[in-house]
Amino acid sequence: MIQFERVSKRYPNGREALTNVSFFVDRGELVFITGRSGAGKSTLLKLIAMLERPTRGTVTVNGRSTGVLKVRHIPAFRRHIGVVFQDHKLLADRPVFDNVALPLVVAGAPLKEIDKRVRAALDQVGLLGKERLAPMELSVGEQQRVGIARAIVGKPPLIVADEPTGNLDPDLALEVMRLFKRFSEVGVTVLVATHDLHLAREFGSRELTLASGQLTGGAADPLPSLVASR
Amino acid sequence: MTLSTLATRHTQALLGALGRLARAPLATVLTLLVIGLALALPAALGLLVRNAESATGGFGRAVDMSVYLKSGVSLARADELAVNARAVPGVAAVKVISAAEGLQQFRQYSGFGAALDALPSNPLPNVLRIVPRPRSSGITALEGLRRTFARWPEVGMVQLDAQWVLRFDAILALARRLVSIAAVLFGAGVLAVIGNTIRLEILNRRDEIEVTKLVGGSNAFVRRPFLYTGMLYGFGGALLAWAVLEGAVLGLQAPVAHLASLYGSGFALTGLAGRELAALFCGSMALGWLGAWLSAHRHLRDIEPRA
Repeated sequence: MIQFERVSKRYPNGREALTNVSFFVDRGELVFITGRSGAGKSTLLKLIAMLERPTRGTVTVNGRSTGVLKVRHIPAFRRHIGVVFQDHKLLADRPVFDNVALPLVVAGAPLKEIDKRVRAALDQVGLLGKERLAPMELSVGEQQRVGIARAIVGKPPLIVADEPTGNLDPDLALEVMRLFKRFSEVGVTVLVATHDLHLAREFGSRELTLASGQLTGGAADPLPSLVASR
Repeated sequence: MTLSTLATRHTQALLGALGRLARAPLATVLTLLVIGLALALPAALGLLVRNAESATGGFGRAVDMSVYLKSGVSLARADELAVNARAVPGVAAVKVISAAEGLQQFRQYSGFGAALDALPSNPLPNVLRIVPRPRSSGITALEGLRRTFARWPEVGMVQLDAQWVLRFDAILALARRLVSIAAVLFGAGVLAVIGNTIRLEILNRRDEIEVTKLVGGSNAFVRRPFLYTGMLYGFGGALLAWAVLEGAVLGLQAPVAHLASLYGSGFALTGLAGRELAALFCGSMALGWLGAWLSAHRHLRDIEPRA
């Protein structure tokens, strides 16, 4: 589902955020990306969601190499990825329903289906009945879950989440992680960047550990072909 | 994507743009005023020229020529000459005005009736009134006709009163050109106003655009509501310009009719109608769309989602 081959990312200011990173994530896996802040976790997720392109190496997501993806194909590419942000990026001037519906509206889904799927997504994150509220009327944890509902509403095969539990108390954080676990059980690939090692280990999932832009652990089971080519 | 979802998207974009304009009424009205007045000025000039043309009603196509025969030429001979004149290429019609008729007309219009009565005999010659064909009413063709008739031995003098008509036509042509220049200049102004308004709107909605792109919104999707906003500005501006012109026409109608009546004319000032109105609205909406497109093309590219 996701394959990094010797990926490096250097920002225009000269800082090298990732150095020679290679790993493979299979369909339906739940993988935690851990490391201190500044270790390159966010950069890694940005490379997957095509918010950045790699400086060197190849990133392949869902069979497509992001390095050569044409700009006009990026929107369609992004519709297959649900992205959850730490600051949730909700639109404050629109009710919860509209925020969650945005990916479906963008994709041109029929109104009836939008209605059905938005309710289903809100139900999954436990916010059914709050469709008409403005994001500011919700607690921080609820806002985070609205962000998650927006990421899953389009039923993407891949979800990437950057510190999705950063603003949540331990109980809520656990609940959100369980939600991600459930998605992975039905075949959705989930990547979660977090600095909460305890939470990550509680799920017994694979863990990619980053330190100063290099992968220091969890890169196991690379593709056989990848090994052969080296 | 099916046709109905496409229609839904466009309806959403249109309603969204309308709603946004309605939520900031003061800013919207000010922008519309600027656009409306900028459109009204060249449109008013155009209206002025068009009315001036119809007030003077086809002068250019009725440049008559008076061929004065020598005083000894009889009326019977004049009738024969009229038959010959009809055969001259470029002549549409010939009318013989006998010396007696000429005197009658002169007495009626000049006010010299008493003086004429004092004359022992009619001093006026017989006259051929020549109406050139429309194709031959250009200045060179008319001059050619004049020379043809002047060569006839029975002809004393040929009078061509076309000069002032041609001058008037030239003035109208100049005015029409001025209208075109004004339309281009003010059109560019409207383009700039709408482009800048859309630019500010895009910057104001930066977050929304970012998030929309983040969840897979294409540039076309993000751009669409702005294009509708531009077209709505164009439509509103045209509506305002129309209202301004109608008001001006209404205010001027009575004094113009009075002036016309003093000249013995039934001329009435008319406002924009039919194709002119369609041109105003289509042109204005096209300008709005174009201004918005240019602005969106330039500024939406710069807004890419950051995490």
